[in-house]
Formats: sequence, structure tokens, C-alpha cells
Amino acid sequence: MGSELAAPLAGAGPLVDVHAHFLHRACGRADWEVRNQARFRAGTRIGISVHVASMLGTFGFTSPTYFPSPPDVTLGNTEMLALQEREPARVRSYVTVNPNYATHALEEMARCAERGAVGLKLAASRRADDPLLDPIAAEAGRRGWPILHHIWQHRTREWPAQEISDGADLGRLARRHPEVTFILAHIGGGGDYRHTFAAVEDIANIYLDLSGSGVDRGMLDDAIRAVSVERLLWGSDITMETGLAKLRALAAAGVTPEGIAHIRWRNAARVFPPGALPGPRGALAADTAMAVEPR
Amino acid sequence: MTTDVNTFIGGFPFRHVPHPEADSLARVLEREGIAAAWVGHLPSAYYRDPNAGNDALFTTLAPHRGVLHPVPALRPDWPHWEQTLRELLEREAIAIRAYPPQWGMDPHASPMMELASACGTLNVPLLLTVRFEDLRQRHWMDAASDLSGAAIRAIVRADDRVRVVVTCAGRALIEEVHWGLTRQEQSRLWWDISWIWGPPEEELAHLFGTIGAQRFVFGSAWPLRLVQTPRANLELLPHDLRDAQLADVATLRDVIAQH
Repeated sequence: MGSELAAPLAGAGPLVDVHAHFLHRACGRADWEVRNQARFRAGTRIGISVHVASMLGTFGFTSPTYFPSPPDVTLGNTEMLALQEREPARVRSYVTVNPNYATHALEEMARCAERGAVGLKLAASRRADDPLLDPIAAEAGRRGWPILHHIWQHRTREWPAQEISDGADLGRLARRHPEVTFILAHIGGGGDYRHTFAAVEDIANIYLDLSGSGVDRGMLDDAIRAVSVERLLWGSDITMETGLAKLRALAAAGVTPEGIAHIRWRNAARVFPPGALPGPRGALAADTAMAVEPR
Repeated sequence: MTTDVNTFIGGFPFRHVPHPEADSLARVLEREGIAAAWVGHLPSAYYRDPNAGNDALFTTLAPHRGVLHPVPALRPDWPHWEQTLRELLEREAIAIRAYPPQWGMDPHASPMMELASACGTLNVPLLLTVRFEDLRQRHWMDAASDLSGAAIRAIVRADDRVRVVVTCAGRALIEEVHWGLTRQEQSRLWWDISWIWGPPEEELAHLFGTIGAQRFVFGSAWPLRLVQTPRANLELLPHDLRDAQLADVATLRDVIAQH
């Protein structure tokens, strides 16, 4: 019997990863399937109930990761939805779009909605506050989808291969679309998260996801002070060990089981459309068994 | 018995670090079930003369003797450094830290080679730091580059008795250095796991499979980074590597006897 069947490392109770990625066969990586299986294996070990994931075109193989061509956008979304269909109990899909191709973006949203997508993923193809994003954001709002937006924590200059946005940029978009929920990606993904917290703390329709390789001490405490546990979402992105470490750090920092449950899944259950996630809404009582370390 | 080789006390010049005190570290270790730690004085990485930082380190750690082991910093381009090294060892330094990029030193120049040789002669590990923060978040005044693979190789080659522990390195740098050394040189070099990615890329698992877990030691970079991360990474190893054993840092001083 494999130890994957042992008690989840993150404790019992629902756990929604709002920021995951899977690969597909056209990504130019021979190990694409191994990496996907590694995510599932680690997800089971951690105790992830559902991976809400995206595929960013071909991740740079035939067009750039953050500037995917329309054909690659379509391919990535198709592969993502196919994975969701194969793994209905533990995978949900964001639709990825490139806002520079506005008509294609709206068509993709409609096509993928038909197949069960639950949210929109915007990477770094266009600055977050650009008017090109407005019809896309409005359409996401009409569908009740959250928008997960790739964010650089405090943009002080341009970086290659991305048109980066920061919390202030996303804040301007979010203020124009108060009916839409935005997920500000990976506060541990590099840059100055304290700038982000200051930029979005008073924008109620922006949630923060905790993912990213960054595990700075103080980051979680500052995030809670800025937006409270009710606007934080758990995610792993491409470093699942840092995700597990952050969950444990929340408990060690004295966040109550109730607060941790908000971060683990309750906020996600509120952010995604009703019935979009395969479990948390029906498992309201299950999280109370989660182990909490003493401070 | 787990020892965290990569911890500090003291503040960081470029951002607020909560509770970087020795008492906090001792409580964190107890909470996390970590038996002991090698502890540096973080501000000393940016002092021109780290000697005052070393004094503070020894004084502050004294009440925690046996759990928090001092790792003072030493500049080998400072007058009388050889005498200082002997004094640090008399004060029971368990290893010596050096920060060539932060001190503006050429890590390939003779002072670093002389320090490596002296550490080998005196049977004390030399501890190096690749980086304190991710390049993406580094303060504009924090102009020090990452410690390069070439520098690490040169330091390991400087003396066939020197034992080197490198902290905060990622997979690419580790592989570049490891496969650029002879087996004898490899056997005198260890890496902490504080900055190696786990699943889904599974870079830690890859390195354990190719280089071997015995080339790695437990390290967290506390108080800059969460102490929970290295253990989470180990617990998420694939099943066939779950029982992999990191090197026992208590044996680092004994390795010299094998060569």
C-alpha cells in the first residue's frame, strides 16, 4: 500500500488549489505526462480536493508562454478541458485567452463554457488595466467566472517575455468591473508583495492567491493584515512544497481553524460559480478535523 | 536528529523580517522538531567588518548552547584574518561563513582560496550563500550577484581538505558544480535543500536520484524563509525516495579523515 493513502499532509478537510497548471503533449516536453502525474501524486499526498488549472498555450514551444498565439490558446484550452473530462472528480479548468485577439478570446470563452470551464486565466499578454481587457472582464462577469490574473508583485520596470502587471494595474481593472471577482496570482511569485497588499487592500473584489516559490517569513502575516482570511485563496502554482509549507505556517502563526478553512476552500467555493467545484460546497463539516499546530 | 544548517539571527537590510531573535529561533526549532541549528548573524553579510557581528552572535547564542551553534563570518581580505579564524574556533564556531558577493570580493581571488585552505587545515566547514532573495524581488541597492558556480568550484578545488556547504542554490547551479568536479572534490561539498523545487517539477527528487541524498543537508534560510519548507519538500518526495537520508552534519568534521 503506498503512503499516498495515508492521512493528507495538509490535514483533513477540503483543499482547493486555485492556481495549478498541467502540461500536454504539444508543450515540447517529453516528460509532460510525468509532470502531470507528479502533480496528482503530490496533490493526493497533500490532500488537494480539486486542482483548478490552466494550460498556457504550448508553454513556449510554438508561441511564447505569456503571448500565446490564438491556435495555441485554443489547443491549450482544448487539452485542459480534455483533462477535466478525464478527471472530473479532481480537475477544473480556467480558459486562457490572449486579450490582443479580443474576438478569439470571447469565442474561446463561449466554446470552453460549453465544455465546463469555471474561470478565466489572464497571463501577461497585455497590461491588466488596458481597455482591451474590458469586454473580456465583462464577459467573465456575465458568466460568474473569477479571473485569475498573473501578477508581478510591484512592477518597477519591464521584464522580458511578459507584459507584466502589478497590484495597482489589476486594481484599476477591478474598480472598473466591481461585479467581477479577480484572483491576484501568486503573492509568492516574486517582487514586492507588500506593494501589492497596499495596492489592493481596499478593493473588495480582488482576492489573493498564496502560491509561488517565495516563502518569505512575514508574507502571510502581512497578507492577512491587509485583506483578512476572507480574501485569501490557497494555491500551489509550480512549487507544491511551498504551498504545503504555507498551509502549515498559517497554523503555526495562530490562524484559527475557521480562518484556515476560509483559505483552504470556503473562499474558493464562494468565488467560483455555484456547483463549479466538485466537493467543497457539500463538505462544510469536514474541515473541522484538520490538525492545527500550537503556536 | 535534524540540524538546520542555514539559519540566522538579526535583521535584513532590505525588508522587515519578523522576530529574527535567538529565542524565537529556539522556540521554532522545538515546535518543528528540529534538534539544532547552525546560526549566522545576518547583518554581518553586509558589514564591511563582520567582527562586531560575530561578537553579537556569540553573546546572543550563549544561553542556547548545544542547540544554536554559532557560524561566524570571516573576511579573508581583512588584516589579521588568520588570527581571527583561530579565535573564532576557540570560541566554538561550528563552521565559518563567507559572503564574497556581498563584500565586493572576487570569489576567485587568492583571499578566498586562502580561507578555504585554512578551513581545510583547521578542520572546519566553510559555509557559502548563493543568494538571500530571489532576483525578482531584490532591492535595487542589493547589487550583489548570486554566487556563481565557477566560484564554488574554485573554492572546493582550492584545497583537498576543505569541506564546503553551499546554501540557497537551485538545481541548475548544483548540477553545474557537481558534474564539474572530480569525485574527490564532490565528496567535500554539500548543498542545503532550502531553495530546491519539489513537485511537480520534482527537482529535489531528480537531484537525489542523480547526485544522491548524501550530498544534501537540511536547511531553511530562517528567518528570511519559512522553516516549514524543507520538511514539506522531503515529505513530498516520490515514494521510492521517501526514505532517502540526508547527510548527517555531525559527520562533516570527520570527512577529512577519509581523504
